[in-house]
Amino acid sequence: MINFIVEDRNGERTPIEVPEGISLSLMEILKGSDYDILATCGGMALCATCLVKVLQGHEQLTAPSDAELDMLDTLPHYDENNRLSCQIKIDERLEGCVFRIGG
Amino acid sequence: MHCHLIDYLPQTGGQLSEIYPQKPIYDIPGYPTINAQELVDKLMEQIAPFHPKFTLGERVEQLHKQDDGTWLIVTNEGTEITCKVVVIAGGLGCFEPRKPEVDRLEEFEGKGVHYMVRNPELFRGRKVVIAGGGDSALDWTIFLADVAERITLIHRGDTFRGAPDAAEKVFELAKIGKIDLLLKSSVAKLDGSGHLDSLTVATPQGEVRIKTDHFIPLFGLSPKLGPIEHWGLNIDKSAIEVNTLDYSTNVEGIYAIGDINTYPGKLKLILCGFHEAALMAQSAFKYVYPHQRLSFKYTTVYGITELQE
Repeated sequence: MINFIVEDRNGERTPIEVPEGISLSLMEILKGSDYDILATCGGMALCATCLVKVLQGHEQLTAPSDAELDMLDTLPHYDENNRLSCQIKIDERLEGCVFRIGG
Repeated sequence: MHCHLIDYLPQTGGQLSEIYPQKPIYDIPGYPTINAQELVDKLMEQIAPFHPKFTLGERVEQLHKQDDGTWLIVTNEGTEITCKVVVIAGGLGCFEPRKPEVDRLEEFEGKGVHYMVRNPELFRGRKVVIAGGGDSALDWTIFLADVAERITLIHRGDTFRGAPDAAEKVFELAKIGKIDLLLKSSVAKLDGSGHLDSLTVATPQGEVRIKTDHFIPLFGLSPKLGPIEHWGLNIDKSAIEVNTLDYSTNVEGIYAIGDINTYPGKLKLILCGFHEAALMAQSAFKYVYPHQRLSFKYTTVYGITELQE
């Protein structure tokens, strides 16, 4: 199992456990767990409504692609720990990470 | 039934032709793989015998229920269309400028704050502040450098992604003193009475106050429901709730199909959009012609009947 923590917009943290080997993005897990994200574009790195901030474990994630960086770059407020959750694949790299919903 | 399609985009096809025209799609029955634009072209060919009408590049702003039960649709360009049934197939919604979180921003919309440049002449001889780091922020900074009295470009980073030529030009203009370039900075607050007259910028050296006539934040586009939100429809997380019996909404005579709707078990697939459209059309026919009998026919038996224009 892969274990990580999600902090909602009110600051409440919940541990999430996901089986290995599933082909999903973090955005899909967050939506499936009823977190308050829109993810309007469905995972194409087009809308940035699935934005998360990586509070812990940023360096262990796969670096953002050009498409993701282009979208992140258009956001008015952004720091280097912001990611689009639709572009983060669920794998063992997420072990121990802490993600906050929103920027 | 005659159909009239209205889309804010300049062409038909929605996200397929606008966002990923050359991307292959692998889950359309009958096509092991097909490019998005090719699918749109084939759909256009398929509907041609039914002579639908098109209003493109216009956005539906208002829906008015008339006394006789028909709908009057009004677009942003003032085009009016009367119909018995409205079908919203709005996909992701429409892409609107993303607004930064700046104190009093909305108060000065139309009074010095612009989210896009429609008429550059508006800025002739005026002081203008542009915020953003994308291509459009760079391009408009370069363009308006010769038009405005003074241009200030504010960017929260210290480098620019994309278009290296434009970025180089901007640095060059700043170096020769033609524009002001504030890096690692962001606009915090707007001020003025009636019309915008200054803004406060947070810079690495502290807060700076800049006198300006116009502020143009350029932070890309984000999909929004737009006017659809104000039509009295039940909305859940930016999608329109429908009854899966016929994909009707809570408002009589309005249906919603495709990515814009939501219901238990909803899948955002093109395939599902087709299914929803078929059921919607049957229901819409009964609504438009309540006294006419609708006999269900297969095209393999009867072929298709071309509609008169």
